[in-house]
Amino acid sequence: MSFINYSSREINCKLVYYGPGLCGKTTNLQYIYDKTRPAAKGKMISLATETERTLFFDFLPLSLGEIRGFKTRFHLYTVPGQVFYDASRKLILKGVDGVCFVADSQLARWDANIESLDNLRINLKEQGYELDKLPYVVQYNKRDLPEVASVEDLAKELNPTGVPSFEAVAPEGTGVFDTLKALAKQVLAELKKSS
Amino acid sequence: MLNPQLVMYDEELKQIQAIATKLQQDSRAQTILLVDKNGQLIAASGKADELDTTSLSSLVAGNVAATGGIAKLIKEDEFTGQFHEGKGISIHMSLVGRRVILVVLFDKNTTHGLVRLRVKKANLDLTRIFEELAVKAASSPAFDPFGGEITDDDIDNLFNE
Repeated sequence: MSFINYSSREINCKLVYYGPGLCGKTTNLQYIYDKTRPAAKGKMISLATETERTLFFDFLPLSLGEIRGFKTRFHLYTVPGQVFYDASRKLILKGVDGVCFVADSQLARWDANIESLDNLRINLKEQGYELDKLPYVVQYNKRDLPEVASVEDLAKELNPTGVPSFEAVAPEGTGVFDTLKALAKQVLAELKKSS
Repeated sequence: MLNPQLVMYDEELKQIQAIATKLQQDSRAQTILLVDKNGQLIAASGKADELDTTSLSSLVAGNVAATGGIAKLIKEDEFTGQFHEGKGISIHMSLVGRRVILVVLFDKNTTHGLVRLRVKKANLDLTRIFEELAVKAASSPAFDPFGGEITDDDIDNLFNE
């Protein structure tokens, strides 16, 4: 949950990138890190295996500007996508303010996307959250690859409620900031509602 | 929600800061950090300026979350304390209430025993303040930090500054 500090006039929110293994969650954060001006970002931390697969989480703190006198900070996290790291994934979801589901558009990853989204719902429920009540966006990543499912088909399966969704090619940055901005907007709007 | 929003006000932050400073002096520790279980830094005392407290807070929270996960698996309620011993600097972490992590970084100028002793007293005081804070936040009138709708321009400005 967000942390509102009236003393220093700061708002801190936690955003989590979720999705199947190798869908590009870390690549999203890496691109955001590379393109954010130095003063607005902290160190990006990746707790990864020797083969650069996420073991626990990636963490990127962004300290953006002010909205009406309140300094806004977003802490971006990714979860480990591999199926057997489920216990770790649950921990990262604790205190989440908004979720981005990164789908791998490749046809070969169709089932992996569905499984990961089911897993997201189940793990959120365990923490007392409902995905449909949380700030939530969907990203269809890897649109540049051959043999990808159509966005219509992906949306039908992965986004039946029609939350904001974005096509992306994360290594090139296509759609990366659009996704983040849409999520940030929802999170800040929700803060206003719940306060 | 299981985990209500953490809200901090001037008055309580001053009290928390005072306890952290006193703990740092009494235990002869280098640095005290108070971190929300979600990884947000709440207060710091001592040589915090020399540290990357944002990264530290996130990793401490991850560490405590992982340890909590282990506790759950072996049907322990929670491990309330952790200690990491280094050659130069050691770290003592303990839970304050169920919401906040008290982190003490110390070197050879003190002992783990003294740190534990002082932490115990500080923990009681901090627990009381965080409990009061939760009550105060719950009973405070709804507050709209932004004073109106969040527009696309607001968001664009955040990222373009």
